Amino acid sequence: MESFTVHTGTVLPLRHSNVDTDQIIPAENLKRISRHGFENALFSAWRKNPDFEMNQPQFQGATILVAGHDFGTGSSREHACWALQDYGFKVVLSSRFADIFRGNSGKVGLLTAVVPETFVEQLWNAVEADPTLPVTVDLVAQTVVAGDLSSEFEVDAHVRGRLLEGLDDIGLTLRHVDAITAFEATRPTYLPRVGVQG
Amino acid sequence: MGLTLSEKVWNQHVVVREEGAPDLLYIDLHLVHEVTSPQAFGGLRDNGRTVRRPDLTVATEDHNIPTVDIDKPIADPVSRAQIEALTANTAEFGITLHPLGDIEQGIVHVVGPQLGLTQPGMTVVCGDSHTSTHGAFGALAFGIGTSEVEHVLATQTLPLKPFKTLAVNVEGHLPEGVTAKDLILAITTKIGTGGGQGYVIEYRGQAIRDLSMEGRMTICNMSIEAGARAGMIGPDDVTFDYLEGRTYAPKDEHWFEAVKHWRTLATDDDAVFDAEVSIDASVLTPFVTWGTNPGQGVPLGGSVPVPADIDDPRARAAAEKAIAYMGLTAGMPMRDVTVDTVFVGSCTNGRIEDLRVVADVLRGRTVASTVRMLIVPGSARVRLEAEAEGLDEVFIAAGAEWRHAGCSMCLAMNPDKLTPGERSASTSNRNFEGRQGPGGRTHLVSPQVAAATAVTGHLAAPSDLVAL
Repeated sequence: MESFTVHTGTVLPLRHSNVDTDQIIPAENLKRISRHGFENALFSAWRKNPDFEMNQPQFQGATILVAGHDFGTGSSREHACWALQDYGFKVVLSSRFADIFRGNSGKVGLLTAVVPETFVEQLWNAVEADPTLPVTVDLVAQTVVAGDLSSEFEVDAHVRGRLLEGLDDIGLTLRHVDAITAFEATRPTYLPRVGVQG
Repeated sequence: MGLTLSEKVWNQHVVVREEGAPDLLYIDLHLVHEVTSPQAFGGLRDNGRTVRRPDLTVATEDHNIPTVDIDKPIADPVSRAQIEALTANTAEFGITLHPLGDIEQGIVHVVGPQLGLTQPGMTVVCGDSHTSTHGAFGALAFGIGTSEVEHVLATQTLPLKPFKTLAVNVEGHLPEGVTAKDLILAITTKIGTGGGQGYVIEYRGQAIRDLSMEGRMTICNMSIEAGARAGMIGPDDVTFDYLEGRTYAPKDEHWFEAVKHWRTLATDDDAVFDAEVSIDASVLTPFVTWGTNPGQGVPLGGSVPVPADIDDPRARAAAEKAIAYMGLTAGMPMRDVTVDTVFVGSCTNGRIEDLRVVADVLRGRTVASTVRMLIVPGSARVRLEAEAEGLDEVFIAAGAEWRHAGCSMCLAMNPDKLTPGERSASTSNRNFEGRQGPGGRTHLVSPQVAAATAVTGHLAAPSDLVAL
C-alpha cells in the first residue's frame, strides 16, 4: 500500500446522502476477477445522466470526493473503493461513513475523513463557486484546508498510522503467528471443521 | 458489571490485545463465494502466502450463477470466468467448494446454518454484508471486504476494534399475519440506515424469543440495513433444537459440552448496552418500503409520504429523490401500487418456511396475468425439501416460475433482472436504485405480502384476498 501524508487536489461535490455501494459500483461490474480497471464502473448508472456531477466539465480531474451523510452503505464490495481509486480519488470527505466501506478504504489506502456536516455544506458551496479551488487534506495534522475554510477531521488512529507508513496489514498480523498458534491450541474440540463431521 | 452476548463472544476470541492497536480476533468460520474472493486469492499468490486453515473455510457459488439451465455452461463469459476462478482457487488452496449442481450449493448464508457450521459463540465472516444472518445463532458474524478476506485466508484472524452494543428490545407478541420480515423492516425504518453504525445489535424480548430460527435469521440478516455490521440473538432451546443432528453439529459427549458452554453466552442481567431501542411488537402490521433505501418504509395500510410534511431537510430531499425514482405519487396508498414482478428468495427470505407460507397463499389461486413471479430457493437442499412437500407443484399451478438456488434477482448479477422502470415486490433486503436491474424499482416485502401481491397485482396482504 502507498503511504499517505498530505494531498492537495480539487473536489467533486456529491450532493447526495445515503449513497450506497450499489450506486458507487452497480453489481453488474463485479464479475471481473482483476484488482484494477474499475474506473468506468464508478457510478456507472448515475453517469448515464448528463447532469450528474461527475459529467460536469468543471469537476474533471477532481481527486477529493465530498459526499453527503452516510456514504458507502449496503454491500461489502471492496470494488467500491477500488473504483474510486482507479478513477483517481485519493480522499472521500463525509459527515458519516458506513462501517464496512470505511474499513475497506483503510485497507486499500483510500482516506475517508469525517468532517462536520456544516463543513461539507460550506465546502460544496465553495467548490461550486470555484471548481478550481485547491483543497489540502493533511493526514499528519488531520486537517482539511480550502481557501478560507478549514476543519479538523476524524480518522481511526490505527488506520492513520498505517496509512502514514503504508504498512501491509497481513504482514503486521503475521508477527503474531506464535500467538495465533497458541490460541488455536485452546479452541474447544467440538468446534466445526469443514470436511470433518461433528 | 456483567457482559453482553457480543462482548462475551468477542473476549473469547481475542488472540492479541495491545495498547493503541485493534484487538486481533480469531475467526472460527470463513465463508467464501465467487464475487469477493478472486482478488484475495490473487493477493495470496502474489505474496507467496497460503491459506492457514482450509478446514475452517468453505466456499459455494451463489451471487453470479444462473437459476435456469444449470446443467449447461454459463452463457456470459465474464460470469463463467469468475466461477472458474473460484473452482481453480479453492482447488489450489485446498478449500472445500460446493459448486452449482452439488447438493450443498446455495446462498452462503443459507448453506452455513443448514449444514450446522454456524454455531453459538462462534466468530463467522464472509465477504458479504449479509453475514450478519448467522448472528441468529448467537454467533458474532459480520461482512468483510476483499482485503479482509485475504487477511483471514492468510492468518485466520482479523484486527478489529470492538463494536459498541445496541439492544433492540421487541416486547409483546407479533399479531397473526405479521412476520419477522415486517418486524425488521419496521425496526430499520425506526433506526434509519445509519442508526446502527458502529454497533452490534442484540435483538431481545418476547417477540424475538417467539421466532423460529428461520425468522431469527431474517431479523439478523437485515442488521446491516440499519448500518450495524452484526446482529445477534441469544442462543436458547430453539437454537439448540435447530442445530442438533445437523452435519457439523457436535455429537454425543461433545454436544453436551457445547450446549453447556452455549448456555453461558446469554447477556448477563446486569450488563449495560451502549444504547437501547424499544419496539412494541403487538401493534405492528405488515410493513413495506416505498423508497430507495430499506429505512424508507411504512405499514402496508399506509401511504407514500408527502415530502413537504418531513421536517428534516436531509430526509425530505432523500424522500423527494426516492419518490421520483420510484415513479410514485406523494400520499398515494401503498395498496394502490401495482407491480410487474414478484421475487421470492434471497438470504433474507429464501428458506423452507418462507416457501411454505408462499405456497399456503398460492394454493388454489393464480398469479395475476400482469405479474411474473420468480420463486428462487435459498439452497439446493431447500429446493429438494420444497419439492418433497409438493410446494413446487403449487407454485407452477399458480403460474409462478420455480428456479434453482442462488442470489438471483436480489442483486441481479445473473440474468434475473428487472428492466428499466419495471416494479417489483421482493422478499430480498435492498431496494437501492437499480439493485434488481438498472432502472428497476423495488418494494421490500414479507413472503406473505409477496404472495398476496402476486395474486392481486398490487401490494396486498393475504387478508386482502377472497377466502377460498
